Amino acid sequence: MSAPASRLLLRRRLIDAGKKRVSREPYRCFSCSVQLAQQQKPRPKSPQDAPSTTHFGFETIAEQLKEQRVGAVFSSVASSYDAMNDFMSLGIHRLWKDHFVRNLNPGCNPLTSSSKQGMNILDIAGGTGDIAFRMLEHASTINHDAHTRVTVADINPDMLAEGKKRALQTPYARSSRLKFVEANAEKLDMIPDSSVDLYTVAFGIRNFTHKDAAIREAFRVLKPGGVFACLEFSKVNNSLFDAVYKRWSFGAIPLIGQLVAGDRDSYQYLVESIERFPSQTEFRDMIQEAGFLVPGQGWEDLTGGIAAIHKGVKPL
Amino acid sequence: MATSLRRPLSRAASTASKGTSPAILLPTSCRCFSVLNRPPPNYEGHIPLTRTERLGLAFGSGLLSFIDPRRGDLIAAFGEATAQPFFISRLRDRMLLNPTGRRILRDRPRLTSTSLDIPHLRSLPSNTVGYAYAAWLDREGVSPDTRAAVRYIDDEECAYVMQRYRECHDFSHALVGLPVFREGEVALKAFEYANTGLPMTGMAVFSAFTLKKAEWRRFWDIYGPWAVRNGVKCQDMINVYWEEELETDVDELRARLGIEKPPDLRDIRRAEREKRKRDKEAKEHARASVI
Repeated sequence: MSAPASRLLLRRRLIDAGKKRVSREPYRCFSCSVQLAQQQKPRPKSPQDAPSTTHFGFETIAEQLKEQRVGAVFSSVASSYDAMNDFMSLGIHRLWKDHFVRNLNPGCNPLTSSSKQGMNILDIAGGTGDIAFRMLEHASTINHDAHTRVTVADINPDMLAEGKKRALQTPYARSSRLKFVEANAEKLDMIPDSSVDLYTVAFGIRNFTHKDAAIREAFRVLKPGGVFACLEFSKVNNSLFDAVYKRWSFGAIPLIGQLVAGDRDSYQYLVESIERFPSQTEFRDMIQEAGFLVPGQGWEDLTGGIAAIHKGVKPL
Repeated sequence: MATSLRRPLSRAASTASKGTSPAILLPTSCRCFSVLNRPPPNYEGHIPLTRTERLGLAFGSGLLSFIDPRRGDLIAAFGEATAQPFFISRLRDRMLLNPTGRRILRDRPRLTSTSLDIPHLRSLPSNTVGYAYAAWLDREGVSPDTRAAVRYIDDEECAYVMQRYRECHDFSHALVGLPVFREGEVALKAFEYANTGLPMTGMAVFSAFTLKKAEWRRFWDIYGPWAVRNGVKCQDMINVYWEEELETDVDELRARLGIEKPPDLRDIRRAEREKRKRDKEAKEHARASVI
């Protein structure tokens, strides 16, 4: 290489090294960096915050924008939603959903119950139909109830389209027992008051801009004695397991999102929104505030608290 | 905090006074962050990866892009995951050793469909680089906007070098005339490996094992040797200031860089297809006349 060029390279290297020395912080070992992170943890939204902002993962954005940004996330993940769920939870999400439905025991056995119309189930944010199909299957097969119907409501048309596509593989696709409706859970105008026996929301309420508004709407549409059931990610109890779980969430899940779905950012939002969701007790309190009666301690932990089922009953 | 890849004016002064986390400036062998507390990004869109994540990304993207080469985003991610710490720095240093390369690093031009004005390129004389580029874009049906942004390279300048390499890939296609399907891409990647030394380009040549027999034969006999011969002896493609070469004559640029034009791949394939069709027709005719 030529002499002036090599001198330039050498000078540049020296300048860079000098900059590093000047701006270098004292050496931080791994445990010190963990402490630093805990100091820098995003502070929870306090009442003094401007009322028109909310959280989008770890970002703070204007409230009006959250809906469309969540919409963009779910439109982007819709086509690979099921494959990604399997990868991220190592298939365990199927067990959670199975337990959720079995536990709720939808459907009225015509031999033991007096009602002839079956149950009216509303599945919110149920886009791809995982819960809805399980409900119909359980009602028909286990409770021999051919009248229970499910309305799948989702704010995102792409997720609903995926659900309709998947419904074609089930016997309910063109029956009156399954209906798909595009709706915002915070404003269910098309559902009359006190008309729903069972209101379910699985892995959806975390994304709502106003969770309390959605819970109040649930209270409105449910019949007295109707059940509100929510399956959602929650806080892990055991701190060692939590450490492993958090590293899987923030390390592996966005990476899998990049490799399988080609979309790292949506899955980064997903794990951040899980982090931001209230704990089991906080969410139970929100459900009680809306007027629901809460059975027992109010929730059931699944897989050590990774997910939790919250239930509430509308008083008679 | 996070800056775009455009050259900052007084980075030295601001870094010295701010005291922001320099974890990225330390050698990668002593990372002091986990996925739960990543350091602040060095440029817009930057995601600092831990060693495990980088390994996972390298293996995952390499495997999946081998299985499905149409996933351009995975090929890009594979390139970024494997270029550090040595190869991309070496490429950047080669740019620094060349006067045009230094100008490119100083100006940091970006190639997008808005910065290029493609209708104007189509109006240039047919022997120019710009015309060849626009004609190639039309022939292959691609656009300069499909390049993903660099995210996983820690040093800001090296990230720009990677972005520049990615954006100039289409110009390389236009200069040598290789088409976008697998055979052409593999040949061009072999050429780029010989020229830039980036591991992703070398690994991409393994895609040649998935080619059909005739294609593999052509790669082994014609395009592979062409790629290696030219890539090694010609000048660095990364140092070509394409924005200034748009009105240069294509043959003159090729001669200046030291690249021979390879045989036109589309013509060869078309000739072979026609020959196969003629042979088949002759065979049918012979069979019909025997019966």
